[in-house]
Amino acid sequence: MIVHLATLLAFQLAGETLSRGLGLIVPGPVIGMVLLLAFFIAAPKAAVAIQPTAQGLLSHLSLLFVPAGVGIVAHLDKLGADGVPILVALLVSTALSIAVGALVFVGLARLLGAAE
Amino acid sequence: MNSLPEIWTYLAQEPLLWLTATLIAYAVGDALFRAAGRRPYVNPVLIAVVLLASLLWIAGVQYATYFEGAKFVHFMLGPATVALAAPLYANLGKIKASAIPMIGALVAGSVTAIISALGVAYAMGVRGEVLLSLAPKSVTAPVALGVSEAIGGSPTLTAVLVILTGIMGAVMATPLLNLLRVKNWQARGFAVGVASHGIGTARAFQVNETAGAFAGIGMGLNAVLTAIIAPIIVRFFL
Repeated sequence: MIVHLATLLAFQLAGETLSRGLGLIVPGPVIGMVLLLAFFIAAPKAAVAIQPTAQGLLSHLSLLFVPAGVGIVAHLDKLGADGVPILVALLVSTALSIAVGALVFVGLARLLGAAE
Repeated sequence: MNSLPEIWTYLAQEPLLWLTATLIAYAVGDALFRAAGRRPYVNPVLIAVVLLASLLWIAGVQYATYFEGAKFVHFMLGPATVALAAPLYANLGKIKASAIPMIGALVAGSVTAIISALGVAYAMGVRGEVLLSLAPKSVTAPVALGVSEAIGGSPTLTAVLVILTGIMGAVMATPLLNLLRVKNWQARGFAVGVASHGIGTARAFQVNETAGAFAGIGMGLNAVLTAIIAPIIVRFFL
């Protein structure tokens, strides 16, 4: 458990170092994720070992967004006079984006499946 | 013996109280979510945020004080993002087989998110810094803030819009995708990750592990794509 957590942190540290060092737009933890994936491909036994710890963390991923969520409440007034148009824009755009993304995915998967 | 106000003064300044409060608020949200038959509109994040924000407001506690305790939870976002490698690895075969649908859905979902947000807000009279802050709202917070600053938006406002988008995506994804009769877990998860980053991904993991893995990829890829295309798209709205 400790070794697994240390592994996750070490990969985050490596990702953070690369991100800062090379001035990349991609955040450190995302680079850490890619590095860890590469490590799993090279050493499949490590993937099996870390699986339970990773699953434990990810099953409560929602919890980790709570502190940031509380932080935005104080800034809701920043929406100001534009509050209603912004909320409408967010609702419409989030729904459209999910719908378009999922339908394109399914459509392309079907096209490719039919071509095979 | 200390009086109650003295004990409160001590506790209100210590991390312990607000760390505990954060976990309890989330546990309450999660219990309600389960009691409601895991319905998407009973979102545990939303419930916990409302409970804690009300508590801070009633107790007159500053966010900075709250964050002294909550930062331990917040910190775990980093290792949790790295941990996404595990479900990605477990789904590697499916991911390789779905490369083309993913690329198509990524571009379509990302461009739709940016243009429709800017378009609707522009049509309703929103201009300037506030409009620009909307462009990166679908991507994970650290990237969104950087993009917002680069294109002339307000990073603070963008942070608010990012979280709101995440919660909206998490709440609406299941009913919307059921309505559209999309049954493919890969497509469902991926679209949610592209449109509503980590909070959408967290929701996807509650529903299905494959959906969660694909949401994680969608989130990661869209962070990169939005950083590249948002500065180009916003030019048409200036």
